[in-house]
Amino acid sequence: MIAAILSLTLLGAALGLLLGIAGRYLAVEGNPLNAEVEALLPGTNCGQCGFPGCAGAAAAIIDNLAPATCCPPGGKAVAAAIAERIGLALDLSGVADQGPQIATVSEEICIGCCRCLKVCPTDAIVGAAKQIHNVLREACTGCAACIERCPTEAMSMRPVPVTLQHWVWPKPAFA
Amino acid sequence: MSEILLLLISTALINNVVLIKFLGLCPAMGVSKSMDAALGMGLATTFVITLAAGASWALEHWLLAPFELGFLRILTFILVIAATVQFTEMVVKKSSPGLYQSLGIYLPLITTNCAVLGVALLNVQQGFGFVRSLLYGFGSAVGFTLVLLVFAGLRERLAHARVPAAFAGAPIAFITISLLSLAFMGFSGMNIGG
Repeated sequence: MIAAILSLTLLGAALGLLLGIAGRYLAVEGNPLNAEVEALLPGTNCGQCGFPGCAGAAAAIIDNLAPATCCPPGGKAVAAAIAERIGLALDLSGVADQGPQIATVSEEICIGCCRCLKVCPTDAIVGAAKQIHNVLREACTGCAACIERCPTEAMSMRPVPVTLQHWVWPKPAFA
Repeated sequence: MSEILLLLISTALINNVVLIKFLGLCPAMGVSKSMDAALGMGLATTFVITLAAGASWALEHWLLAPFELGFLRILTFILVIAATVQFTEMVVKKSSPGLYQSLGIYLPLITTNCAVLGVALLNVQQGFGFVRSLLYGFGSAVGFTLVLLVFAGLRERLAHARVPAAFAGAPIAFITISLLSLAFMGFSGMNIGG
């Protein structure tokens, strides 16, 4: 047993050491700006911007493929911080902070056509044919893809509803 | 010399890891959408399998056999394979960021590619020497790369073909690879041992 423990420990330590040394020599120096911008973003990888996670959004913003205002949950404050960091003049007058929103179904208009379920990237909408659909608040990222798809305009974006289970102290307002 | 050639042909074609032994099917299905990614994946796996075959021979003969630690075989082999894959990932990330992007999650998943562990374990089972182990690993990996390339080529053509809706996507890929497997079974008629 001692031999087994010793050999595995030694093997693990030796391989770890080798990998550590290799990591030093083969380190990739990415654009440090990417990491900084990514740190400014919320970091929840919600996907509302349409990029694969906050790292993808940060890279796109730096490459000028996306505006600094592309992060809906970040809102005005994040956009201003990013613009300042990458030295970009930004007109924020048109940007209104709405706070986080999720899709909701108006039960009286929903005809149960199932079209919204098919476009939902996170499978946040539940329902069946000719049954009224519903949105799971934990799964909805607020991408608004379902709004366009609904033939009866039963889907709408609303501020995340507050319930007894989900109430939190209000955050201090951004200066 | 002819023995080396026979061993390579035997492992790459007749006993092909993917199509005859059915090992390493996950990357074969996952990374075969384009030739470039398939070639990169094949080369990375070749590097890992050859290195792992050599390292596992050294482990077996200098550690596991002398200390009678055969029960640790899978554990130690996986450890060595994981370290090799990590090293390969660093090299790929350093030398070719584009390939690193296109391989994505499949690169670290070489660790759990059963072809890698399978080759290492088969080497021990058949009692190969060091050079023969390396050759067996290299031959298997070449076979793996070959299948990946052929399959990726077929799938690139298939992407432009009119496939019936019921077969579009994964089903037609499975049918294609099973036909490929049948084709490779034809090699077993080449009776050259190994």
